[in-house]
Amino acid sequence: MSAAASNGGLAQLWANLRAAPRRLRETMFRSGSPVSDRARSTFIFGNVFLHLHPARVHRWSLRWPTTWGLGMIALAAFLVTLVTGVLLMFYYKPYPEVAYESIKNIHFVVPTGRFMRNIHRWAAHVMVIAVLAHMARVFFTAAYRRPREFNWLIGMGLLVTTLGLSFSGYLLPWDQLAYWAITIGANIAQSPREVTDALNLTSSFDPGGLNKVLLLGAEEVGEEALIRFYLFHVMLLPLILVALLAVHFWRIRKDGGLARPANAEQRLGPPHPATYPVFTEAPQKTYHLAAIVRGRTPAVGNGPEATVPAMPHLLYGELALFMLTVGICLVLSVLFNAPLKELANPAVPENPAKAPWYFLGLQELVSFSAFMGGIGIPTIVLIGLGLIPYLDREEAGTGEWFGGPGGGALVARAAVFGLTAAVALEAFAIHFGWLRQWWPEVPQLLITAFNPGTVLTAIYAAYSLWLVRRHNSTRAGALGLFTCFLAGFVVLTVIGTYFRGPNWEFYWSPAHWPGH
Amino acid sequence: MSTAHPSFHGRSRLDPEPLPRRDFLGLAALWSAAAALAFAAVGALRLPKAAVLPSPSKKFRVQLPESLAAGEAFVPPGRSVALFRDTQGVFAVSTVCTHLGCIVKPTPHGFDCPCHGSQFAADGSVVRGPAPAPLPWLAVSSLGGGSILVDEGSTVPAGTKVAV
Repeated sequence: MSAAASNGGLAQLWANLRAAPRRLRETMFRSGSPVSDRARSTFIFGNVFLHLHPARVHRWSLRWPTTWGLGMIALAAFLVTLVTGVLLMFYYKPYPEVAYESIKNIHFVVPTGRFMRNIHRWAAHVMVIAVLAHMARVFFTAAYRRPREFNWLIGMGLLVTTLGLSFSGYLLPWDQLAYWAITIGANIAQSPREVTDALNLTSSFDPGGLNKVLLLGAEEVGEEALIRFYLFHVMLLPLILVALLAVHFWRIRKDGGLARPANAEQRLGPPHPATYPVFTEAPQKTYHLAAIVRGRTPAVGNGPEATVPAMPHLLYGELALFMLTVGICLVLSVLFNAPLKELANPAVPENPAKAPWYFLGLQELVSFSAFMGGIGIPTIVLIGLGLIPYLDREEAGTGEWFGGPGGGALVARAAVFGLTAAVALEAFAIHFGWLRQWWPEVPQLLITAFNPGTVLTAIYAAYSLWLVRRHNSTRAGALGLFTCFLAGFVVLTVIGTYFRGPNWEFYWSPAHWPGH
Repeated sequence: MSTAHPSFHGRSRLDPEPLPRRDFLGLAALWSAAAALAFAAVGALRLPKAAVLPSPSKKFRVQLPESLAAGEAFVPPGRSVALFRDTQGVFAVSTVCTHLGCIVKPTPHGFDCPCHGSQFAADGSVVRGPAPAPLPWLAVSSLGGGSILVDEGSTVPAGTKVAV
């Protein structure tokens, strides 16, 4: 082998080595900088993490009032809890009393531990609020309609999973708050016994007992319950949530992006000069992808005017919302510490023993009847919400805030009605009591069936049916029902949070609570 | 052969065999997979229901204080039982609320639940609130010398008092 050839090989090696960083970048991001419209598109669909986005997105979807960014905030909050949750797992030990010690360690000893735990806690709250608000947005803009019905159901699954994650995380610190909230929760799971006991069936048919044993792995909250809730919180429910999220996002794309009104393009006006049209005229020729896509190709009749490249318009918006969410969580975490009460004491409950705020409406309902408040009414509400896209199949108002017959005025009236009914019924029950105070011998089944919670549900259902008849529109009924549901949720939550004191008595303010 | 569509096997594409082998294999794979999934799901759901639940002994021995007056409740530390003594004897009422399992607190007129406002009379019957059933009375027996054995795991009819 000649010396020259050997030198050439080494020179090539050296050149390759020097080019390696550039080649690494090029092989990682195959499309280069997103400077042209084409490169912007490949930036999106050539990237495994971004390709869930469309390459181009409708301008209507980017309007702030279309979504208020609520779904993205919910996702961002979930990502924050995911990262901080994994960090907390470095130190957390899921065993009674040891668990409490480890949370105390995280709080007082672990570097940045308290801050991480605060962020985890407040991001969870942000997530619950964002999920509820996102659901309200989708409902009020009538975005659950064809072809998005099924995604509404996936969204409900996400709501339930989110609440399950919050609830299961509540036990982990093993403090007084945790212990009694889970004791109450497990007994709610057991509450079908309220009915089977009254019917004398429990010895042969006991779904309540089965629920409780599956949840706790024992008759009482103890080490088996803690390890189960840990499993739910860090593995089972996150897996379910991620799976549902994947379907949820995929369906958004497959269902044609975000819902928008039919005349969205006229209302948007001419596009911003900074948008980059790919082609300038709407194609009129129709193409069929036989046996693959139903109907015409999507571009027919649609010029490029209404869409803009997702990179940067959508991605930067999402990033801004992510930073907003992180900012909110950080500010809350600097200002407020996540609560940690005394070590769990199975002999002495907190007084009052309150669940996290988003469950206090439920706690108010179970203070009338454990079964109806904890299982019956929530099931009715979930079924009612799930049926909405299948019962309202009108088309007027899709993509519009409060779209549909009656519109904003109907929603305002329904809100007043829903608030008044809930407040009036609560005031009545607080002032006059209920069946048992009047007739102590009243059968339990009668209270289970007829209590302020079920009466309120029936009033809302009747009001909604009346709206369907009055406006001759299923959408009007749906608007009324959902608004009443929100109003009832708010009233019950506010009463549970601010007006219930020791022994769950009514107090105008915590300042009036007796010392104990 | 005189059929309109003769073929190598004596059958035509318009007159196929009733269940082609490919279809049979496909259906067998489909249904065996479905059955396997169903059984696996049942098994997976059966696993979390423990065959044996932890059941620590719920019996305990306690000495009633000499000064315990009739109608006054004595709650042994760390236990969810209220013990009473009157002229007819000793009895024990569970302090686990029948509503959602909070521990009720003895008061001069009975028991109050801190969680959802249930109130019980001194004999455990429900006075107000959401509790669906009275507080159960628990089995007690006298061990002599003022020592009482309480079994939190077994209930007795209300009104059962044990002389000491």
